[in-house]
Amino acid sequence: MPDTNEKFGRSSVFYDTFERRGAEEKSTHYCPGCGHGTVQKMIAAAIEEFGIQDRTIFLSPVGCSVFAYYYFDTGNIQCSHGRSPAVATGVRRTLRDAVIIGYQGDGDLAGIGLAEIIHAASRGENYSVFFINNAIYGMTGGQMAPTTLLGQRTLTSPNGRDQFNDGRPIGMAELISVLPAPVYVERCSLSTPKQVLKTRLAVRKALRYQIERKGFSFVEILSPCPTNWGMTPIQARTWVTEHLETVFKLGRLKDYDEDVPVPADPVLHPIDDQQMLTLLTAGGIPTVKTSVEKRPSRSFKIGGFGGQGVLSAGELMAACALSEGYRVSWLPSYGPEMRGGSANASVICSDDPIGSPVVDTPDVLLAMNGPALDAFEHTVAPGGVILVNSSVVNQKTRRTDVSYYAVPATEMAKEAQLISAANVVMVSACLAVTGFLSIQTLRESIPRVLRKKAFLERNLGLVDATITYLQQQEII
Amino acid sequence: MNYVEVHCDECKGCAVCVSSCPHGCLEIGDSLNAKGYPYVRFIKQMRCSACGLCFTVCPEPAALSVYTSKEE
Ligand SMILES: Cc1ncc(C[n+]2csc(CCOP(=O)(O)OP(=O)(O)O)c2C)c(N)n1
Ligand code: SF4
Repeated sequence: MPDTNEKFGRSSVFYDTFERRGAEEKSTHYCPGCGHGTVQKMIAAAIEEFGIQDRTIFLSPVGCSVFAYYYFDTGNIQCSHGRSPAVATGVRRTLRDAVIIGYQGDGDLAGIGLAEIIHAASRGENYSVFFINNAIYGMTGGQMAPTTLLGQRTLTSPNGRDQFNDGRPIGMAELISVLPAPVYVERCSLSTPKQVLKTRLAVRKALRYQIERKGFSFVEILSPCPTNWGMTPIQARTWVTEHLETVFKLGRLKDYDEDVPVPADPVLHPIDDQQMLTLLTAGGIPTVKTSVEKRPSRSFKIGGFGGQGVLSAGELMAACALSEGYRVSWLPSYGPEMRGGSANASVICSDDPIGSPVVDTPDVLLAMNGPALDAFEHTVAPGGVILVNSSVVNQKTRRTDVSYYAVPATEMAKEAQLISAANVVMVSACLAVTGFLSIQTLRESIPRVLRKKAFLERNLGLVDATITYLQQQEII
Repeated sequence: MNYVEVHCDECKGCAVCVSSCPHGCLEIGDSLNAKGYPYVRFIKQMRCSACGLCFTVCPEPAALSVYTSKEE
């Protein structure tokens, strides 16, 4: 009609059609009367009103609203179950001007993702969370959620939720509001038109605060799930008023306070490719040699006690193999002790893709102490190599089908006044006796993996000392 | 003249708009749409204030559009 204006209509923030549902389809996949659609419309309207469509990133959860990214014509990320706060954090730290919308159900946010949301809230990440509390797992067919009411029957609480068996419903808005960092926490409801209008205001406010870089906002919305509650949409809204709202009290639990400092803008400054490379290669770019012929794969086990540089010996071998063009896996294994416990590292070098980093039958064993020899000598492949640190390991191997070498690694390191570098002696000896990777590659790789650059010369000196020792002993 | 346009194939017949209209302008009809849902009908044009409550509570992006007269 030419004499009329459209006052309320389809938001331009939604795609014109929802192609996943079929060509030309304009309606959502939600059940009749579901609250998800109502909230998403409010969010779309607010995005439109603030003119932020081009910089909005909508984080779809796992749950009935998993497909929100088919609806919102904005940036979209579909997050792992409950992990949207971690994704929001990553986006926030990298895209300063993004408007980030976390949209999560109660299973997603208060169940599997509880830790994530608490920490994001506690850091005061500048983004807006819309928490759809329908007191149930909707998508999977109506199991009990952390927010299910006492006595409420669900698939997994067929006799009603029991406080002693199942715990009591968790008030997420209360929980978030007691943290110091969040700036705005409100609980709203979709029970009646009046409450829907209040919710609309809360949605806007949460977005406005983010745009103004005030910090973390959390809006919990009590939302009907007629399907899993076994009610008509109208009955479900009445149930929200009569039951959900009596347990989950509506209202503003926390609002922006001028006197409380807002979190600093935590955006990390982007680094360019060269800086990234420098960071990743810690001071040098390996020259990667590629070979035409496929070379045999090798697997290594390095064992010793924590503090002997077992894991970094593995790292060093891996770095050498990488620069000779191998595919490499490095798998550390250690106990909770920082020092003194047992540790081992498994390294695989291959021209083929490596399926599993686990090494059950190593070609080469580097035993930095006696227990490592005991633990692994029987696993070494027949015809393989066992190399022991004879400063510490007193016994010889019982195996007769392997090559056995002994190098006083700890003593040599002590002599070089760098006792922590016994592992470099072991790796040098290993490469020298097996000839698997070149000593030149080793020299080039040490600066890349060495954390204390001041010790570079002594480390390189130990490589030479090891070669000299092996030559004197006529091992090589 | 204010009015509500119903895109009947986008309506799922939940009737939330019917219960929220302050002037009783809407009702669920007897016929079914292409998806098999009964759908809402706009019945009392004279009373519509174009408040938009029906649109706001409706879970669908555009099952309803609300129009208002230009003069107003
Ligand atoms: C890691 C993982 N665990 C479990 C599931 C199964 N799962 C899918 S949705 C869902 C619960 C969703 O409930 P809620 O967050 O309340 O959203 P609603 O569907 O009610 O909107 C679960 C447990 C999954 N997809 N991924
Ligand atoms: S199952 Fe519940 S939450 Fe999921 S779409 Fe249906 S009404 Fe909505």
